[in-house]
Amino acid sequence: MGWYLLRRLGAAVIVVLIASVVVFLGVRALPGDPAVVLAGENPTPQVIASIREQYGLDKPLPVQYFDYLKHLVTGDLGQSTQDKLPVSQILANRIPVTLELAVLAMLVAIVVGVLFGTIAAARRGKFSDYTATGFGLLGLSVPHFWLGLLAILLFAVKLRWLPASGYVPFSENPAQNLERMILPAVVLGTGFAAVLMRQTRSAMLGALSADYVRTARSKGLSGPRVVGVHALRNSLTTVVTVLGLQLGGLISGAVVTEQIFVIPGFGKLTVDAVLTRNYPVIEAVVLVTVVGYIVVNLLVDVAYAALNPRIRLAGATNG
Amino acid sequence: MTQQRSAAGRRAGTPLLSVEDLHVSFGTEDGLVQAVKGVSLTLAPGEILALCGESGSGKSVTAMSVPRLLPPTARVSGAVRLDGRDLVQLNASELRALRGSDVSVVFQEPMTSLNPSFTVGFQITEVLHRHEKLSRRAARARAVELLELVGIPDPAGRLKEYPHQLSGGMRQRVMIAIAVACEPRILIADEPTTALDVTIQAGVLDVFRSLRDRLGTAIVLITHDLGVVADIADRVAVMYAGRIVEQAEVTELFARPLHPYTRGLLGALPSAARLDGTQRRRLREIPGMVPAPYSDPDECPFAPRCPIAADDCTASRPSLDRQGDGDGHLAACFHPGLSTVEAVDA
Amino acid sequence: MADVLTTPAPAAVAVAGRSDRWRRMWRRFYRKPMSLTGLILVVLFLLLALLGPALFGDPTAVHFDDVLGAPSGAHLLGTDDLGRDQLARIASGARVSLEAGVLSTALAMVVGIPIGLVAGFYRRYLDSVVMRAVDVVLSFPFLVFAVGLAAILGPSLRNVVFALGVSQIPAIVRITRGEVLSVREQDFVAGAIADGANDATILFRYVLPNAANALIVQATVAIPAAIIGEATLSFLGLGVQPPTPSWGVMLTTAQQFLSQAPWLAVWPGVMIAVTTLGFNLLGDGLRDVIDPRSAR
Repeated sequence: MGWYLLRRLGAAVIVVLIASVVVFLGVRALPGDPAVVLAGENPTPQVIASIREQYGLDKPLPVQYFDYLKHLVTGDLGQSTQDKLPVSQILANRIPVTLELAVLAMLVAIVVGVLFGTIAAARRGKFSDYTATGFGLLGLSVPHFWLGLLAILLFAVKLRWLPASGYVPFSENPAQNLERMILPAVVLGTGFAAVLMRQTRSAMLGALSADYVRTARSKGLSGPRVVGVHALRNSLTTVVTVLGLQLGGLISGAVVTEQIFVIPGFGKLTVDAVLTRNYPVIEAVVLVTVVGYIVVNLLVDVAYAALNPRIRLAGATNG
Repeated sequence: MTQQRSAAGRRAGTPLLSVEDLHVSFGTEDGLVQAVKGVSLTLAPGEILALCGESGSGKSVTAMSVPRLLPPTARVSGAVRLDGRDLVQLNASELRALRGSDVSVVFQEPMTSLNPSFTVGFQITEVLHRHEKLSRRAARARAVELLELVGIPDPAGRLKEYPHQLSGGMRQRVMIAIAVACEPRILIADEPTTALDVTIQAGVLDVFRSLRDRLGTAIVLITHDLGVVADIADRVAVMYAGRIVEQAEVTELFARPLHPYTRGLLGALPSAARLDGTQRRRLREIPGMVPAPYSDPDECPFAPRCPIAADDCTASRPSLDRQGDGDGHLAACFHPGLSTVEAVDA
Repeated sequence: MADVLTTPAPAAVAVAGRSDRWRRMWRRFYRKPMSLTGLILVVLFLLLALLGPALFGDPTAVHFDDVLGAPSGAHLLGTDDLGRDQLARIASGARVSLEAGVLSTALAMVVGIPIGLVAGFYRRYLDSVVMRAVDVVLSFPFLVFAVGLAAILGPSLRNVVFALGVSQIPAIVRITRGEVLSVREQDFVAGAIADGANDATILFRYVLPNAANALIVQATVAIPAAIIGEATLSFLGLGVQPPTPSWGVMLTTAQQFLSQAPWLAVWPGVMIAVTTLGFNLLGDGLRDVIDPRSAR
């Protein structure tokens, strides 16, 4: 397992480096001179030259890249062109918000998706299977930004049970925080619950027809034990894989959800940065997404290995 | 040795298990498939009964009807009596109490029949926890004993291993250890040695023999392998298209096969060499196909493939009758024992 | 279970007529009400996208005397904040959705199929590199990619199609490669390779026709994904720009007037959901027909 992790970690570092090159070059390739952009309205040539020197834009590209890397490593991501705040500080404010939303949505998705996927598989062809499968298809088909609008319309505008938008930090008031996060989390989680449900059901159907499940039945084990222990344990790798594949979608979904519910998270930051052409922020956002994505995938791989004795034990002996 | 075996089977008195007019059918997209059409059987305590036949002959379905390990679409009628209790009438939870304790199963595929995600120890102790209220430590000690019983070296060390770390033969031994953990009255072994190579086969059969001798377990052995049958069985039932077509003591059947289907399977009259179990023979291939399981015309189902079929064979279906003076030798044939040459002459 | 009996030779099964196979596949498809529903929904969507804009009038005609009108005889689905007829905008939005779905999927296929063929066929040299890259792209947040693209190139339908197409490439590569690998295993291809058939012949005569089924099914996944993707980007203001009607743009408007004119939020969403549902049902049905083993 140690070797396996180390190899994975090495690959992750390489991907991050490649991503940093791509982001670096991508920003340099943007139409227009960044020095001109940074200089603001009607700059004089002197100002541009001084900015160029200040940001090291007069140096050759490889040197610029290593400077850029050096800044990255020290956590210096530049300055937002909008409010002149350090980008790292903005990220530090925004990322926890999105993490909370993502974790809550993931919880919703896992609980609903795995539970109903398992039930649907265990009761294949029965009413509960058709109901779960039907809702699964519906959940896949409904775009969650529309679901968000409908949820606001129903719970905030008509019923007035929950606030339509806004955000209160958890540290400030946990109850109000959850009150405002529950709707976005459910909306964001629904689509993933549907995907997870379908995949869990399919994996469980495979597992339930496996020989080892027949063995488990022949032992006289109860239905829930056969399904919930013997079959589910072998389907979990699929669940984890699907979760990993859905991470990208989760980040994309957070962007939209935050926009609808006006949550000042990472996703809203992304959209706002693009709409205001805030390049330092865009650059940081893309890089953070890549790193975050790779870290979570690493966690998925670890979970995968932990769940599968074959990988776990093979790693111990021959790496 | 053969004599001893037969005696053990015959003199056991009242049967442990009796199957009476068992019918099993499955609803499929293409209609109702009748897999078993009126099978009756008995099994004495400590007896080893071999069920032989081609794929689709209904031998596995017949055996799996006892613990009712059948697909949910299966419909079962008739009676399966264990100690006089009709298992067909049991509800789901009564069946679960039966499975793994009174009746247990060893499946054909040792490579896939163990759960890859759990250790050997977990999978053995699980059945002990289910049926016998054992402490963790007692269950573990019992699991070590069981692995020893089925001939696995270093049993304590094996408990922590996962199935993929074991060879096919070892996995099959673990399967057997699970099956016999609660000292079942009946062990059903579905092609237990098919996937294993010959030397390992012999070891597995020894395990079965010693189980029967030590625990008095009755064994239903589903097999293609006539070598295995000759080696270990007391009695043989040959199935064809959902029915038993011939049934006899193992020596009697090999010496005097009466049904042309059995004769076909055996290839020719058996020689002594085939009976000693060292020379392994697969059932011989017989030209033609098993009749489609959707229809059941009133004729001998084997007639279309039978080398000695006569007019009466397609006029009605022969019943499974006692033949000659043989001790319990039954065959469902209008022309039992007739050879191809005799049939042509007649 | 080892068959004692000689089963009919596989060749005999394969020979059983082609038309017979199609008829059987159609029957299996037809028998399932869900698949048929999907087919009908997709056909209705296509009709709306192709004929709708001509039938339901100008989607950009502004009427300031009738803004945020509730559904009525004159405007069956009501009017938006500029008094534009919602029905006409829904119909035109269908065409935008169709364009986004079809063009991006076509782009993904044009790029992805050759890559998949090559990766699967020349396994030794390229496979692991390509597949690693595919793995990375496959789960990268497409929206962040699209957002970056919109930042560089500016928001437009063309850029949306480009972003959506690129994000679909990995799936196409993966499926094509999988088909190549499984087809290569089969006896008739192994035979052709042994007989010295050249690579192009093998690819185009054997591999591609076999991959076609899986790719058609994938199209029923990619098209609705692109439709949702387009709507999402347009909703965020990063895709189709007003006044061009897109279901996503319409929902942006609806969000602004959620409490005054809630009906504006209904139909664009329903259309997206129903269209996507139709493709999903159709795809599930086709999958069942093409590969009955996956009928779960």
